[in-house]
Amino acid sequence: MSSGNNVHEPKPSSDDTPETPYEEVYAPSSGNAYEALNEGEDPRWAYGTGFADPLAGVDTRVPEGVDRTDLAAYCLMLGDDALIMSHRLQEWCTRAPELEEEVALANIALDLLGQARLLLARAGAAEGAGRDEDALAFLREAGEFRNVRLVEAENGDFGHAMARLLVFTTWRLALLDRLAGSRDPVLAAVAVKGVKEVAYHRDYAAGWVVRLGDGTPYSRERVAEGLESVWPLVAELFRPHVVELRLAEAGVGVDPAALREEFDAVLDHVLSAATLTRPGDTVTPEGGQGGRAGTHTDVMTGLLAEMQSVARAHPEATW
Amino acid sequence: MVTGRQRYGHEVGRMVSAREVAEAVADPELPMMTLDDLGILRDVEETSGGGVVVTITPTYSGCPAMAAIRADLSSALHAAGYAEVDVRTLLSPAWTTEWISEKGRRKLAEAGIAPPGTAPVRRSGPVPVALGPSRKRLRCPRCGSGDTEELSRFGATACKALWRCRTCREPFEHLKEL
Repeated sequence: MSSGNNVHEPKPSSDDTPETPYEEVYAPSSGNAYEALNEGEDPRWAYGTGFADPLAGVDTRVPEGVDRTDLAAYCLMLGDDALIMSHRLQEWCTRAPELEEEVALANIALDLLGQARLLLARAGAAEGAGRDEDALAFLREAGEFRNVRLVEAENGDFGHAMARLLVFTTWRLALLDRLAGSRDPVLAAVAVKGVKEVAYHRDYAAGWVVRLGDGTPYSRERVAEGLESVWPLVAELFRPHVVELRLAEAGVGVDPAALREEFDAVLDHVLSAATLTRPGDTVTPEGGQGGRAGTHTDVMTGLLAEMQSVARAHPEATW
Repeated sequence: MVTGRQRYGHEVGRMVSAREVAEAVADPELPMMTLDDLGILRDVEETSGGGVVVTITPTYSGCPAMAAIRADLSSALHAAGYAEVDVRTLLSPAWTTEWISEKGRRKLAEAGIAPPGTAPVRRSGPVPVALGPSRKRLRCPRCGSGDTEELSRFGATACKALWRCRTCREPFEHLKEL
């Protein structure tokens, strides 16, 4: 490769990078082993692409009359829901009952991770303190996460996974569908795309809840137990945080209390096909305002320890 | 200094526009498809300073190919002599499989991937739940039989599902309508 062609290639961090025998053997023209990797036929999988920002080139100005601290907090809420749910779904890799279900769970996790990246990047841009999606995902403590507690609960069996996924996707779909009309163009765009993705996820979870519920006595027992176990975390989904209320008022966010009716209707429809009944609401053990205010269950610490371990061990690494 | 752009022009006997270069970049997951076939290229604008601003629209929120596509666009345009390449993201309007060209659909079928049908139209009111097996009927891209069934709603990439032909017994992939 000659001059003029490689201006886009990552440069060594400094000009006085010491030379090593490897450079002379494998990369005589570029003088740096890292650059040599990029000169191969297919540089993509060697060390990443250098394109880290999922909102590259997107106008991330904050709409008129919106408090940027509120907007950042709100994007964290929706982004953290997706990120932590994605992490729990990723934990199914190599553990799912069948290959098809493993692929399905991983695909759903990937879509949610994509939503999380956009929302965390949006949060970072609104915050304006120089934190990117990685800093927000990997360098915050449990008390700074704003996800609902439903998504952090530890995985159980497949019946539990489908029960939680049905609850989560039904709630999130109702939320994103309303968010598609947000005054914030970035949130609106993320929501429009997310509606299609999460609708597909919900169909998958609903299909399994019906199969398990209307299946054998054992499969029915498993999914019914899963539903009972996630139900104490349901009330929190519809309890608005003050930031959600302020942004709903400003035409940017959604008041989660408004989602309950649609949620109940969808759940009743699916559960009746599954010959199951909706558990009665129980009072969530309260601690502050729940996940939205940063109050999490004990399992959140362990989840983050694993999710953040690589980034914290190599704080200066680029991907 | 001879720039890459001039070299490229000499090699092919004419100047190649940035749009042509960008359109010809292949999708890393579906290498038979160009970005033009896929319909994700929204705008290619050459700047006065010899640079290019390319605008693309993501397919799925989490599609890992997007970063590779940005890198490939940048790399192809640099190789064609454009000094500054800026690849921007446009989130709205959201990409839909309706934007895949006729040529792209043909290429998919030739590669054994059943192309997407018409994307579902959103009606007013809450999104309905689809219970039960898919009512979609696909034609087998290998033998043309209409006797096919869905094996898995999810496949090897975010955009595909797995199907099987009951006539020739071969499994095949299907690019999902979005």
